[in-house]
Amino acid sequence: MPHAVSRRAALLGAAATSGSLLFAGGNAGAQQKPSELRVGITTFLSGPASVFGVPARQAADLLFEEINRAGGIGGIPVRPFYVDEGPGTDHLVGEYRRLVQNEGVHIIFASISSGSCLACTPLSDEMRKTTLLWDCGTQRIFEEGKHPYAFRTQGYGTPEILAPLLYLLKTKPDFRTLAVINQDYAWGRDSWELWKAGMDALKPGVRVVAELFPRFNSTDFSTEITRMLALRPDVILSTSWGGELVTLIRQASERRLLDRSTFVLPVAEASLQQLGRAMPQGHVIGARGDHWNNHPKPKDPARFQRFVDSYRQRHNEYPIYPCHHMAQAIAAMQAGFARAIEAKGGGWPNDQELANAFRGLTFDSPTSTITLREDGQGLEDQIVGLSSFTDRFPFAVPKDMVIFPAAMVSTPVGQKSVDWLKTLKPDMLAQVPAPIAG
Amino acid sequence: MSASDRDAPGVAAPRPSMRLPEAGLALAGAAALVLAAWAVPWLKFVLTIALAKGVAVLGILLLLRAGQVSFGHSMFLAVGAYTVAFLAPAVPEALLLLPLGALLGGLLGLVIGLFIVRYRDIFFSMLNLALSMVLYSLLEKLYDLTKGTDGIRVSALTFAGAVPDRETQEWVMFGLALALALGFGLLVRAYLASPMGRALAGIKTRETRLEFMGVSARRVLLFAYVFSAVMGGAAGTLVAMTTRHVTPQLAYWTSSGELVFIAILGGAGSALGPFLGATAFELVRVYAAAAVADAWQMILGGVLLLVILFAPGGLWGMLTSRLRGRA
Repeated sequence: MPHAVSRRAALLGAAATSGSLLFAGGNAGAQQKPSELRVGITTFLSGPASVFGVPARQAADLLFEEINRAGGIGGIPVRPFYVDEGPGTDHLVGEYRRLVQNEGVHIIFASISSGSCLACTPLSDEMRKTTLLWDCGTQRIFEEGKHPYAFRTQGYGTPEILAPLLYLLKTKPDFRTLAVINQDYAWGRDSWELWKAGMDALKPGVRVVAELFPRFNSTDFSTEITRMLALRPDVILSTSWGGELVTLIRQASERRLLDRSTFVLPVAEASLQQLGRAMPQGHVIGARGDHWNNHPKPKDPARFQRFVDSYRQRHNEYPIYPCHHMAQAIAAMQAGFARAIEAKGGGWPNDQELANAFRGLTFDSPTSTITLREDGQGLEDQIVGLSSFTDRFPFAVPKDMVIFPAAMVSTPVGQKSVDWLKTLKPDMLAQVPAPIAG
Repeated sequence: MSASDRDAPGVAAPRPSMRLPEAGLALAGAAALVLAAWAVPWLKFVLTIALAKGVAVLGILLLLRAGQVSFGHSMFLAVGAYTVAFLAPAVPEALLLLPLGALLGGLLGLVIGLFIVRYRDIFFSMLNLALSMVLYSLLEKLYDLTKGTDGIRVSALTFAGAVPDRETQEWVMFGLALALALGFGLLVRAYLASPMGRALAGIKTRETRLEFMGVSARRVLLFAYVFSAVMGGAAGTLVAMTTRHVTPQLAYWTSSGELVFIAILGGAGSALGPFLGATAFELVRVYAAAAVADAWQMILGGVLLLVILFAPGGLWGMLTSRLRGRA
């Protein structure tokens, strides 16, 4: 019997030792130039949000291959380590530790889900690991605390809601009633709070006829649609996304709801390819950024086109916004490492030096230029337009696009979004740039 | 009913004729865990969570002894976790929050237990499931209070008045979880050997016999239910203090299913089973997730299928049969 016990202990011991060897190997090269640049990436590979996570991963693989073909970053190849966000927070924070302590990653791209970001960001403080928040949208991150190692390389909830609101006020200023159909979870509630605060400040007196929060992952919206048909609101807001948004639009357009009310869909872009011609025209659509396929004036048209084309070639579909957010995070990583290596005179940066390089960093995305503010928040422009069809794409794209400069629609450093939105004045509408036909 | 019970996976009762050196195995297991945590620092976190879940699964094991499966047990875990999340800003002392979480878990267990022990089998399972989903919905929908699905960040904690650095704190949490696991393990062992514990098996085989002997089956089950809720609450506080972020996901039915999964994986034959199961579960999950981020669920499911098909007594059953084979 003791023989068997020692055997079990020996097995565990052997596993433990091999693990510790791995660990030692991962950490040894932290100060000198390592043999490869390890990037930990958390994304949804399972669950409903994998409609974002999987395309983003495909984009990352594509771009890393491109980078490695061109000689890597700082002369060394990049190697991604993907982690699934699907199983929930307690699993993810364990995986974050594994990435840092076992795989010895040099940088982490954290999270699609806001809950994941809220859990991972404090870990970046504790473990002093530079973390790029590549896709999550919650405004709570940088407004509720300081995170010296975390940087968001894209926009966030406030500009993504305020831009469509301003667009609506500009293009359809005389609406009097509004209803909301949002998913019943944090983003659905948060985005409505942001919208309401902004709308009450910019156009007081709009009557909210219904606030509907159908269950997250609903597949049937007949009740909500019936109520909307009865209430006849001028405008219907929905920040739903993914398969749910597709279902909502299909069911609503079958019952002619989109003929009666103007929809405002800030996260529409990722669902438009699935909807195809089923998406009605003339509704306000957003993309969580400025990366529409028909961007009127991308900063680097050749690079933008190359990214879209190579993604299409490999996956037979157009890249959606998470792909672009991933591209932005990778562009930021390249610029950040270049800056850190330059600051050190060609030496390899440690964790602190790497984080310093990201503060105030400006980098080029395929469509524009993004600057990381002193609080870590990135300033990404927003393009909003009206859904329409062209000969170029088999799905809806915006027309009459307005490019909102990020600084105009983002909460200033040190303020809370809802408080700031309440202080907005209607004369802000005069600053809205003129629409571009597209 | 009896036939299906005999064949149910993971609920094989131990044969009292063979006494195994459980204490020795427990100590060896604990030593192995400490060694693993020391050798591979990131595993410390995973093993702490595994031990915490093991404590919660001990509660499932008690109910399994009575032939009842709770598909809502993680609600007690969530109660413990949210106790920590809500109270940590006011009372940052971990050593106070832990018993408090266990107490609140136990209180909820008492309130629910008072009526739920009237039900058996599928009704018992489903009512537990329903109540846990009620708690889940509350946690998700009382947005202003709970921050919905985004969850609450647990503020910094003190341990006996001190604020340790991250490394020490990880060790403290690991030690706390290990101590609680051993403590609750001993308690459950003593309880199962007591007349109250033996009566649980009576509920499983034939309840009327118990009543004829003058033992109230409801009271026996109520005690076990409250005890399991206390352990659930304690486990929840451990999870919250370790992950430092709580979300309503903790109360979702899949989390409860996970606990039952662990119980089956580990085997219900001994108080060691849950910890064996929880450790195996967490290790398989992290290694599967690390190896194939896309298909780790399939690996986990495959492991469970293999256990159900080839080792109905769970890992503990496999271990004991091997040990017996050699003795």
